[in-house]
Amino acid sequence: MGHEPVAVVGIGQTKHKKRRDDLSIAGLVREAAQRALDDAQMTWSDIDAVVIGKAPDIFEGVMKPELYLADALGGAGKPVFRVHTAGSVGGSTAIVASHLVSSRVHKRVLAVAWEKQSEGNAQFGLGGGKSGSIGAGGAFAPWIRAYIRKSGAPEHIGWQVAVKDRQNALRNPYAHLHLKDISIEKVRESPMMWDPLHFLESCPSSDGAGAIVLTDKAGGLAAAADGRPPAWVLGTSMRSEPSSFNGRDPIRPQAGVDCAWDVYKQAGITDPRNQIDVAELYVPFSWYEPMWLEGHDIAPVGEGWKMVDRGETAFGGSFPVNPSGGVLSSNPIGASGMLRFLEAALQVRGAAGEHQVDGARVALAQAYGAAAQYFAMWAVGSELPSS
Amino acid sequence: MSNESNDRADTAIAIVSTAYLPAVRRNDVTETEMLIAVVDEALGKVGLKRSDIGFSCQGSCDYVSGGTFSFVPNLDAMGAWPPIHESHVEMDGAWAMYEAWVRMQHGDVEIAVALGSGKSSTGDPAEIYLNELDPYYLAPLGPDPVSLAALQARQLIESGKSTERELAEIAARSRRDAANNPKQQVRSAETDVDKLLAEPYLRNPLRKSDLPPISDGASCVVMATARKARELVSRPAWIAGIDHRSEVHNPALRDLTDSPSTRLAAEKAGGVEGVEVAELMAPFTAQEVVLRQALGLGDDVVVNPSGGALTGNPLMATGLVRIAEAAEQILSGGRNRTLAHATSGPLLQQNLVCILEGDN
Repeated sequence: MGHEPVAVVGIGQTKHKKRRDDLSIAGLVREAAQRALDDAQMTWSDIDAVVIGKAPDIFEGVMKPELYLADALGGAGKPVFRVHTAGSVGGSTAIVASHLVSSRVHKRVLAVAWEKQSEGNAQFGLGGGKSGSIGAGGAFAPWIRAYIRKSGAPEHIGWQVAVKDRQNALRNPYAHLHLKDISIEKVRESPMMWDPLHFLESCPSSDGAGAIVLTDKAGGLAAAADGRPPAWVLGTSMRSEPSSFNGRDPIRPQAGVDCAWDVYKQAGITDPRNQIDVAELYVPFSWYEPMWLEGHDIAPVGEGWKMVDRGETAFGGSFPVNPSGGVLSSNPIGASGMLRFLEAALQVRGAAGEHQVDGARVALAQAYGAAAQYFAMWAVGSELPSS
Repeated sequence: MSNESNDRADTAIAIVSTAYLPAVRRNDVTETEMLIAVVDEALGKVGLKRSDIGFSCQGSCDYVSGGTFSFVPNLDAMGAWPPIHESHVEMDGAWAMYEAWVRMQHGDVEIAVALGSGKSSTGDPAEIYLNELDPYYLAPLGPDPVSLAALQARQLIESGKSTERELAEIAARSRRDAANNPKQQVRSAETDVDKLLAEPYLRNPLRKSDLPPISDGASCVVMATARKARELVSRPAWIAGIDHRSEVHNPALRDLTDSPSTRLAAEKAGGVEGVEVAELMAPFTAQEVVLRQALGLGDDVVVNPSGGALTGNPLMATGLVRIAEAAEQILSGGRNRTLAHATSGPLLQQNLVCILEGDN
């Protein structure tokens, strides 16, 4: 008896913004969840269990907020579960929810991830609430510099990713940033935040939520028969490693390599560069695009920046990365991983609208967290997996 | 519900080892070090190494520990190099065990570890726990957890479902049991019911004896698939069922004298019939009454022989301690069917029930 195949049959997200002060926290998650239910043509009573993910509670100052959100998400009488795996949490929330279906514990599961940065101070929270925080950019900049030095990448690569993702976001109505006049010059001239990262190479602070409805093989086939093709989950994985120790490679963390190959193996992928049609990777700072291309063996070590330079990761390129605009265009932290996972699902469903990649059949999604040490990934496809 | 080991499906999962630290008012080592100790002990009992573990899941809470990402260093408890397959829930370790149990259903993980840990000594729980309430409509009213528990106890007494004397008897029984359990924190307190009833109210109708202590602690449970479980121990504690359910958040919208989510979780986990021992996570005396009645436990069921959460309450580890105690009743205590319960949220909002069975 193998696993139950898992189908993503409903997808919803909020319009991501700097401040969604038109909504409470409950209203925010409800907006995304209701859209996912509508998309799945389900009602609240169809859902067996709810899985909620978000980054540290101190970001909004609400402890274990899933308790309060149980009401808004129809949780009464149901299992309500809360995942927290640092920045990868949006991805691991989707994975934990998918396991509830693949294990045959439940048939229809709602997964929701969110952050409402405007109601708190994430920068303070990232510092553990203690003293001034160097912020995520400050933490990652030294590793980015190390990547540049080791790979010999020219400095315009980061600017190019920053422009590409913002241009992609113009095709995504839900994206937070719509920078119509973005250009290499603007990125280069924007203030230096954490050398080598300029202001426009950094993610915004966003309010937002993403939600998916997952169901079993019968549910997925029924949706397909109804003309609503699902995204089938081809493989999931989570891997973690310590923050720092002698000999750790923080540029290409082993946990990220292992996580990717665990997913590839489950999905029957031996040549990720050619067998994956589109990827949504967690790129909160521009340079992480080439770093993850190498970190997940999509490009050989030292060659990731060349894929960027050749325009292969652009919309219309041979390996589009973050056609949604990515984390660089919308960053509701706890939801950012979920957005990668649901955008990958949108692509293989052919439902990504203006940012749809033609012929996308297999899509990869990734989220990472803390000191680039927590990884969550899945691959989704347009076809029911054979085994 | 079978009692023959041969009847256990290969897909059955059992608890094979448990460990938890004594609950103390303040443990001076870090949360990570507390976890290292329980992992060492639990794995050591059955001769396992960290590299034998296919999946682990931790339960802890930033607000209890007093910092963001407080679970990140706790990765060291499992020895996360080479990289490991693990997860974390911002919930009691009992829910971490639930995730691990779900993960094990896939058949590719033979041994999994669940952990719970919390250091309440780093803050003031009465102040902190306000923050788990609805941030717009409830938290601003300032009801601390003891005041809320008093409202529940008052409703229970006014409804005729319990009396102050019964609550004092629960406190006395829990303290007598704790005197025999070196891991409990309240072990030498008053156990004379009349004397307890003569003590002043802390929050009417609750006295100090109706409240849990503030504790630091950590707990660990090791699970294995059927084949491995039989290799590791002579008498595995089979997980007959585990389920958890939520209710609406606002206590004003609930009947606080009942716990329908506990009842439903118990039904989904296989029912209470034949249960000999129940470890109920009832940090307040009145909550034990609510849970017993909701579950329909008869007088023949032994409740909280460990002393319970009332005499040792390491937040985020307490629920998993209940599961560990219920499992030990089978692993080493010779019982055949036990129940463990864990709760989260204001006044029993969210409840988990795990039913364990031994081979006859």
